Amino acid sequence: MGEVIVITSGKGGVGKTTTTANLGTGLAINGKKVVLIDADIGLRNLDLVMGLENRIVYDLVDVVEENCRLRQALIKDKRFDNLYLLPAAQTRDKDAVSPDQMKKLCVELKKDFDYILIDCPAGIEQGFKNAISGADWAVIVTTPEVSAVRDADRIIGLLEAAEIRNPKLVVNRIKLNLVAQKDMMNINDMIDILAIELLGVVPDDEKIVISTNRGEPAILDEISLSSKSYKNIVRRILGEDVPLMPMEAETTFFGKLKKLIGLGS
Amino acid sequence: MLDIFSKLFQKDTNSKDVAKERLRLVLIHDRANMSPELLQSLKEDLITVINKYLEVDQEALEVNLSNVDDSVALVANIPIVQVKRSL
Repeated sequence: MGEVIVITSGKGGVGKTTTTANLGTGLAINGKKVVLIDADIGLRNLDLVMGLENRIVYDLVDVVEENCRLRQALIKDKRFDNLYLLPAAQTRDKDAVSPDQMKKLCVELKKDFDYILIDCPAGIEQGFKNAISGADWAVIVTTPEVSAVRDADRIIGLLEAAEIRNPKLVVNRIKLNLVAQKDMMNINDMIDILAIELLGVVPDDEKIVISTNRGEPAILDEISLSSKSYKNIVRRILGEDVPLMPMEAETTFFGKLKKLIGLGS
Repeated sequence: MLDIFSKLFQKDTNSKDVAKERLRLVLIHDRANMSPELLQSLKEDLITVINKYLEVDQEALEVNLSNVDDSVALVANIPIVQVKRSL
């Protein structure tokens, strides 16, 4: 029986789609059978980030409206046989799917897949409600900015109201130099404010821009810092106890991270 | 005067601390689901009730939500001008 994880944030542009693509690819690297669902109907993007935009025939709305069979709409990844994408419809709107339909779809997919990752649209309206309806648990993506953290807090409240307990936090795009000079909130600050469990930290990395340009998830890159962070998060999702990067003091945190990429002593 | 003095010698607060403090305050309101309008209306009702017993300085009256030991408290600061005798 598979596990349904929704990747959500409230605020747009914090990296939900990139996170979904990388965690999904990472789980597939580990031999798990994975399907990624793009729940952002009308603003489809997960296909582009995965480099699968030219293979779309059917989409999520076709599946729920029974214009095709579920199997026909699943796009097999270029690199991994055990990774699939169910793309969003581009020319429909969020009301084209209902929470009940999403729930049914998730139940169906759980029979065949180990992990179902849902890329949630920004906002807290219908699209959000659809995306979370079939989820077993949630990953909340945020960046160390006041607006993103505030929205993340709101999402935590809404998830709780929907009885999706224990969401886990991914702090994305942390800028180590700014944290070191105390001009960006550190991990402890974020955990302190949001009071949820930390799943991982992804530093701001130019590699992400390049990998998105190419449609190849950054986790496939062996050496980049973001790739390492994503791999750690994947291992934690798989139940491994991977120690978090040190967070006692910002300077230590910075130093250790530098060491990780081979810059420091 | 003391204020200027301490400002002169104090290092500028880190911007991340400013961010954290602002977030903390705004989240208290978000979580309590209490808008500034609601707080204003609560303030007006409080004045009406208290005015029955005390004469208070309405201009200086402050009502705010604040964070006390991990819980949210409603804190009111109500300067009294005069206690009414005739009640």
